[in-house]
Amino acid sequence: MAKDGPTPLERFLRGIIPENPVFRQVLGTCPTLAITGTVRQAITMSAAVMFVLICANLITSLIRNLLKPHLRILVFTLTIAAFVTIADKFLAAFVPDMSEKLGPYIPLIIVNCIIICRCEVCASKQGLAASAADAVGQGLGNTLALVAMATVRELLGSGSWFDIPLFWKEGTAGEQFRWSIMNQPPGAFLTFGLLLGAVVWIDQLHQKRAAAAKR
Amino acid sequence: MKNSSLGQAWLVLLLSLAFGAALAGVQVGWGPIIEQNKRNKTYDQIPRLVHDVEAVDLTGKPAKLSGVKEATEEVPYDDGKSVAFKVFWQGKDPAGKVHLGWVIKGKGNGYADVIEVLIGLDRKAERITGLTVLFNNETPGLGNKITTEKFQDQFRGLDAAKPVGYEKSAPAPGSNRIQAISGATISSESVCNIVNQAVAGFRAQLPALNQKDH
Repeated sequence: MAKDGPTPLERFLRGIIPENPVFRQVLGTCPTLAITGTVRQAITMSAAVMFVLICANLITSLIRNLLKPHLRILVFTLTIAAFVTIADKFLAAFVPDMSEKLGPYIPLIIVNCIIICRCEVCASKQGLAASAADAVGQGLGNTLALVAMATVRELLGSGSWFDIPLFWKEGTAGEQFRWSIMNQPPGAFLTFGLLLGAVVWIDQLHQKRAAAAKR
Repeated sequence: MKNSSLGQAWLVLLLSLAFGAALAGVQVGWGPIIEQNKRNKTYDQIPRLVHDVEAVDLTGKPAKLSGVKEATEEVPYDDGKSVAFKVFWQGKDPAGKVHLGWVIKGKGNGYADVIEVLIGLDRKAERITGLTVLFNNETPGLGNKITTEKFQDQFRGLDAAKPVGYEKSAPAPGSNRIQAISGATISSESVCNIVNQAVAGFRAQLPALNQKDH
């Protein structure tokens, strides 16, 4: 297994925090900024990304020995585009309100760097088990990041979490505490910067502690 | 063979065929559901848009507008480029089909993206009886307040023969104006423009539509 790269378990665990696609690799930032206004949207987007990630990784892993180096990106894109279209149609058919709210961001998963990155880094080099575990781990890492962003933005911008009013209701006096910038692009950048900074700070703290323990 | 175009690209061609077939299957299976969802969304809004006092008086019953969706007819106009919904209320008596009014679609640019609205009109298209936003991507918390009842209800009762305007403060009664959403004047203005364009276009076609009926 050693020569075939990290084990499936390692792949799975790395994707969640140590190699989190959004906060550690800074990939897929377009949906992270654009659709994290509410937790419901973030979870729908995460589920769609997870589905495409798993399917694209599995197909790429299956055909990895047939890939021509100069055509591999074309094959990745073709595979990803097919599964994104399926996810888009599924949402339009069975979750139409979410499909409408997410608008063009579902078709834009085609150009999400997380997926093409995992096809290139893991699935085109490793077997089915490692590729599937990698997809699930990275997918969960992406979900964690989007939900964290959406939680901050929805709580401050709309006073609710998962559409459940927690701080105030629409049209009541409490609405004056709404931090409406959080519903807008500047709020997304602000939240992203703060969370990214927090993750880096925690990581540095861990590294310092580990170094101190070694001494 | 190995270096020929086919030798290089056979995998891409094979995958394209396989994915193409899979997507065709998805379209066949889910396409009708997607179309039905779109129709349902429009039809769900129709009873609310023509629900007015006049309908209650005509039937002599409280305004339980059940059966409206089933009785409504789609009428193409503007050389088939647009479709208006001729809204009927189907009472218990089969002969008692009451024409309540019209619902038309309007579409135009908003602040962020296209805005699509449904506009309810009375039988002669002289008065707006309701408005609802079918699609928008306006700024959450600001422009997307065009979907609130508070904003949409302002259109009810306005004169369809005159253009609808907007004001930043509360408009005077009878001024045929609405109050724009604070901080989202462009979205509010866009809705007014879309309404004005759609209503004027439909009113121009109404005599021809009425003639067809007779």
